[in-house]
Amino acid sequence: MTAAMEAGRTLAMGENEAARGGRKSIDAPFGKALARIGQQRKNIVGLTADLGKYTDIHPFRDAHPHRFFNVGMAEQNLVAVAAGLARTGKQPFATTYGVFASRRAFDFVAIALAHSNLDVKIIAGLPGLTTGYGGTHQAIEDLALMRMIPGLTIIDPMDATEIDAATVAMSDHPGPVYMRLLRGTVPVVLEPGYKFEIGKARKLRDGMDVGIISTGLMSERAIDAATALEKRGISVGVLHVPTIKPFDTHAVAEFAASVGSVVTAENHVVVGGLASLVVETLFDAGISKKVTRIGLPDRYIECGAVPTLQQKYGLTVEAVVERIAALD
Amino acid sequence: MNRNSPPAEADTGALKARATVLRRHMLTMARGQGAGYIGQGLGIADTLTALYFHELRYDPQNLGWADRDRFLLSTGHYSIALWAALAEAGIIPVEELVTYGADNSRLEMSTLDTTPGVEVIGGSLGHGLGQGVGQALGLRLDGSDARVFVELSDGEMQEGSTWEAAMSASHFRLDGLVALVDCNGIQADGPVVLDMEPVADKWTSFGWETFEIDGNDMDAVVATLAKARQRNGKPKAIVLRTLPGKGVRRIEQSEKSHFFRVDVSQWDSIIDEFEKSVGAGQ
Repeated sequence: MTAAMEAGRTLAMGENEAARGGRKSIDAPFGKALARIGQQRKNIVGLTADLGKYTDIHPFRDAHPHRFFNVGMAEQNLVAVAAGLARTGKQPFATTYGVFASRRAFDFVAIALAHSNLDVKIIAGLPGLTTGYGGTHQAIEDLALMRMIPGLTIIDPMDATEIDAATVAMSDHPGPVYMRLLRGTVPVVLEPGYKFEIGKARKLRDGMDVGIISTGLMSERAIDAATALEKRGISVGVLHVPTIKPFDTHAVAEFAASVGSVVTAENHVVVGGLASLVVETLFDAGISKKVTRIGLPDRYIECGAVPTLQQKYGLTVEAVVERIAALD
Repeated sequence: MNRNSPPAEADTGALKARATVLRRHMLTMARGQGAGYIGQGLGIADTLTALYFHELRYDPQNLGWADRDRFLLSTGHYSIALWAALAEAGIIPVEELVTYGADNSRLEMSTLDTTPGVEVIGGSLGHGLGQGVGQALGLRLDGSDARVFVELSDGEMQEGSTWEAAMSASHFRLDGLVALVDCNGIQADGPVVLDMEPVADKWTSFGWETFEIDGNDMDAVVATLAKARQRNGKPKAIVLRTLPGKGVRRIEQSEKSHFFRVDVSQWDSIIDEFEKSVGAGQ
C-alpha cells in the first residue's frame, strides 16, 4: 500500500492496469499494434482530442506523423472529422476517454458514423473504475449507452494480448467499432497465439458449480477468483465475452446451461451492460437460472485511489471470491 | 456537369434561368406534400444553381469519382433544394421529384446519404462542417485538388460543434474548404432566436477568409465563388444573406416560413403567382 493510499488520497491519474500476480505486461499495446499495422495499411489515420499520450496512440503518431491529427478538446468534431476521413477512403482510429466518446459525442457516433456504417474505430480510455477522477472521467455506463446504437461493434478487451489482436481484427472489419482501452502498462494474461474474433466468446476455464461470464479487465479477475475458489472446493468456469455487440448469445446460453449458477462480472454499472445482456440471453433461450451481478452500482462513483475504489465496489479478485463463496 | 477546374466563365443569364427552374421544381414538390421547407429551398436556390451548374467539379455519370468536388448539405431539411438541383444535374430523374416526402421515396424531407448525390447525412445540425473538415483532410492526404463545399445555416451556428469544426479547419489550413453560411434569419421557433451577429466577424476571427454577399444575387454569388478558389492557406466562409421564400411573395411574407403548410387550392394560386412573376421578368 502506497503512502498516498494510506492517506486516502486520490492517485492523480489513477493506476495503469499494472501486472498483478507476477504476470508480464506490455506498455501501450494498442498504440504499438496500430503503428505496426499502419506500416502496411496506408489508409489508417490516427486522431485524438488532446489525449494522445493518455490514450496510448503516441506510438502511431511517432511512426506516422503525417497521418495523425490532433483536433484539440473537441470530441464531437473528433468523430465528425473521422467520419469525413472515412468518406475519402481512410480508416480512422480516433481516441479519447470513454466518457467523452459516449456521453459528449453520442449523436456523432450514432448519426455521423453508425447510420452510414462508416469505417471508423473509436478507442475509449478509462473504462469503468480505472481512474480515480470520479464521475467525470469514469466511463461506468458507456457499454449501455453504445449498445443501443444500431450497427456499432463494441469490444471490451481483457489484456494486452487481446488489445493487440482486437486492433488487427477491427481493422479487418469494415464498419464502426467502439473499443474500451486499457492503457499504459497492461498485463498479459492470454497466450500470444490467442485468437480474437469479433462476436465470439472464449471459455477460459471449465467449471461446474458456478459459471462466471465476464468482460474486460474483470475476466482476469474471474480467472484468479476461480483458481482461489477451487481451493475451497468450488468448481468455477469462466466465459470471457470481449465483444459486447454483436453478443455471442449461443456461447453464453450454452455455458450458462452447463453450470449450477451464473455470475456476471463487468467493470461497468450492472444496468444495461453485460449483466443485462446475459439476462436477456438466458430469458430468450428459456434458461431459468439465478444470475448474480458483479459490477458497479447504479450511481456515480466518488474520487479516490483506484485500488481503494475497486476494493470498495467489489471489483477485486478477493471481492469476487467472497461474493461467489457466499452464494447459496 | 463540369470536369474542369477552374470552370469556364459563367453565363449568369443562363444560371438565373436555371435557378427559376429549380424554384419551379420545388414548388411542385411542396404542392405534392401540401407542405415542406420551401422557404429555405427558395432562399438557397441561387447558391445551389451556381454550384451545380458552374462551380462544382463533378460527373453525374460517375458519382464516386475520387477527385470530384464535394457538396455537403448540413441543413438536411433544405433537401427540397438539393433534390431540385440533383434532378437538373441529371443525377436523379426529374419525374421522381413529385415523390418528395412521400412514403418510400428516396427524396426525404431531410437528407439521407442513401440517395445518389448526397455526400453526408444532414439534419442533425452541427454535423456537416466537421465532416467537411475530415473530407478536406482526406483529399489532401491523397494529393487531390478537389474542394469541399459545406452549406450550413445561421441557426446552425448555435450548435457548438460548428465552432469546433471552424477552429480545426483553420488550424489545418484547409484552403480547399468553403463554408456557405445561409443567413436567412429564421429558425424553428421563429426569427433567429439567438443573435448571431456579427456573423462575418465571427468567421474571420476563427481564421477564415470571409466574404459577405446577397445570396440571392447570382452575379455576386458567382463572383465570390471564384474568389474563394484561392489556395492561400485559409478556409473560406461565404456569408449569404438570403430571403426565405425568395421569388414567391406569399412565402417571402409568411411568418411560417420555417415550415410552410397551406392547402392545395392555395398552392395552385401560389404557383400561378410565381409563373406570372417569372413571365414578367420578376
